[in-house]
Amino acid sequence: MIEIPGKTIAEKILSAHSGTDARAGDIVIADVDFVMGQDGTTPLAIRALADMGVVELFDAGKVAVVMDHSCPSPVEGVSELHTMMREFGKRTGAKVYDVGDGVCHQLIPEQGHVVPGDLVVGCDSHTCTYGALNVFSTGVGSTDGAAAMAAGKLWFKVPETIKITLSGELPPGVFSKDVILAIAGELGADGATYQALEFAGPAIDAMSVEARMTVSNMAIEVGAKAGLMRADAKTLAWYEGRSEREPAPVDPDADAAYVRELELDVSGLEPQIAAPHQVDNVSPLVEFEGTPIQQGVIGTCTNGRLEDLGIAASMLSGRRVHPDARLIVAPASRRIYLDAMAAGYIQTLVEAGAAVVTPGCGPCVGTHNGVPSDGENVISTANRNFRGRMGNSEAFIYLASPAAVAASVIEGRIADPRTYFE
Amino acid sequence: MSAIQARAFKYGDDINTDYIISGKHKFKSADMAAMAVHAMEDLDPDYHAKVSREGGFLVAGKNFGMGSSREQAPLVLIHSDTRAVLAKSFARIFYRNAINTGLPVVECDTDLIDDGDELDLDLAAGYLKNVTKGTDIPVKPLPSVMAQLLEEGGLAAHFRKHGGFNI
Repeated sequence: MIEIPGKTIAEKILSAHSGTDARAGDIVIADVDFVMGQDGTTPLAIRALADMGVVELFDAGKVAVVMDHSCPSPVEGVSELHTMMREFGKRTGAKVYDVGDGVCHQLIPEQGHVVPGDLVVGCDSHTCTYGALNVFSTGVGSTDGAAAMAAGKLWFKVPETIKITLSGELPPGVFSKDVILAIAGELGADGATYQALEFAGPAIDAMSVEARMTVSNMAIEVGAKAGLMRADAKTLAWYEGRSEREPAPVDPDADAAYVRELELDVSGLEPQIAAPHQVDNVSPLVEFEGTPIQQGVIGTCTNGRLEDLGIAASMLSGRRVHPDARLIVAPASRRIYLDAMAAGYIQTLVEAGAAVVTPGCGPCVGTHNGVPSDGENVISTANRNFRGRMGNSEAFIYLASPAAVAASVIEGRIADPRTYFE
Repeated sequence: MSAIQARAFKYGDDINTDYIISGKHKFKSADMAAMAVHAMEDLDPDYHAKVSREGGFLVAGKNFGMGSSREQAPLVLIHSDTRAVLAKSFARIFYRNAINTGLPVVECDTDLIDDGDELDLDLAAGYLKNVTKGTDIPVKPLPSVMAQLLEEGGLAAHFRKHGGFNI
């Protein structure tokens, strides 16, 4: 008798949305539950819809466009593109998130647009973030996004899955960002191209939903199509009051077929750092300890959530940003900004010398809000450190956890955050 | 799709879409022809000037187009008269975006190509010749759905023609 193996989370969600028995390698046309675009990609999607001759969206309630990458507008050209997005919202009924609402990848789950079991595409590569919420979400280009907005469906190649099991307990001063940086270093920038990641194990279970989102956010940095996790009691509790839709959690089958399985015990993990100019150029942070730092950034879709701001505030409380350094903080959304104010984090950070900028992508994508100068070193909680990423190809970007950024701006040099947690 | 003859312009591994078109340029405009002068500039400030003169093939190593989903990446290459991208492997989103916008992408062993070589590519016939070296280079065929989309001029043209997906 031939045994048919069970299915991964990716295979199950794509089966349910395509009405087929979807297996890795199959090409399926699947119904999408939500489509998102941001201000760097939506204008081209609007143009593609016009090229397609499409006037109406498949369901305006399932489409949102977000101004976050260059917001508020720093230049005339961007202002025109933002106007184009606002007019698109009025014309089609698509939800528009405007100046100060936040980063798309915080808003889409936070505002309850997606629930566990959904299939979602977004015109932004970090759409994989919602995998932490048991959503098969993946980044697409503007024309694919436009097709999904028009038809409510898109074609997918069902990915193979790499299972990553995380055991042990994170030591004090080591966070989920260090976990995903270590995995990026291990797998490399193309280690999971055309594949999905599935994260499991006690160390994932122990993480908050926010910390899990940091992990899934960076799945694309190893080329992965999705970074999926099971929905547990924490996931379902996180959704309470956010969405009226019923979550439909999807577990992998016990006998699911994985292309590769990795295991990592996080108990011995040290703080990690990705050095210029590649995300997979990862080492223990101590190897770069003492490197002078001129700018720190805490924010972005990777690490701009309440827990991240809380960690930084606890370290900067009663301390000051070093006179040779500056700290830029960008809360990931308006709601997080408000919650951080209510918790006193913003007060603490500003008193310590931080500059808080509008909720959104902040300086991560090189459009505004802190373009570094030639030769400067930046330590950031973002997910990319490519040459020129922050708007100057002569600057150097290091990626690390919010705690490592806080320690480094206090000391004016790359510093080990663990000493602040002893 | 007819045969393409042009010169190879060769670069390395892991070329990300920030290098193809930097964030500091791509957010400012939807005018791809104007943006194209910045194509690849952080790696090679002369890319646009060199390639747009007579057209060319962008030849690279592994994982071409990694990173951001920006469709501006294939569009500025097209507007720089890049006739096709040849690489050992491609990142997933860029690969789809290239096909959707009508930029041919070819997986092959690019160690068999040097900068400046004259190449002859016929996607329909499935051959790539290195005219300078007098060699044939095997190419990995496109998945059939992508071959169809490219043949029809990209995804928007496919939609216009069929009134939706017809693959």
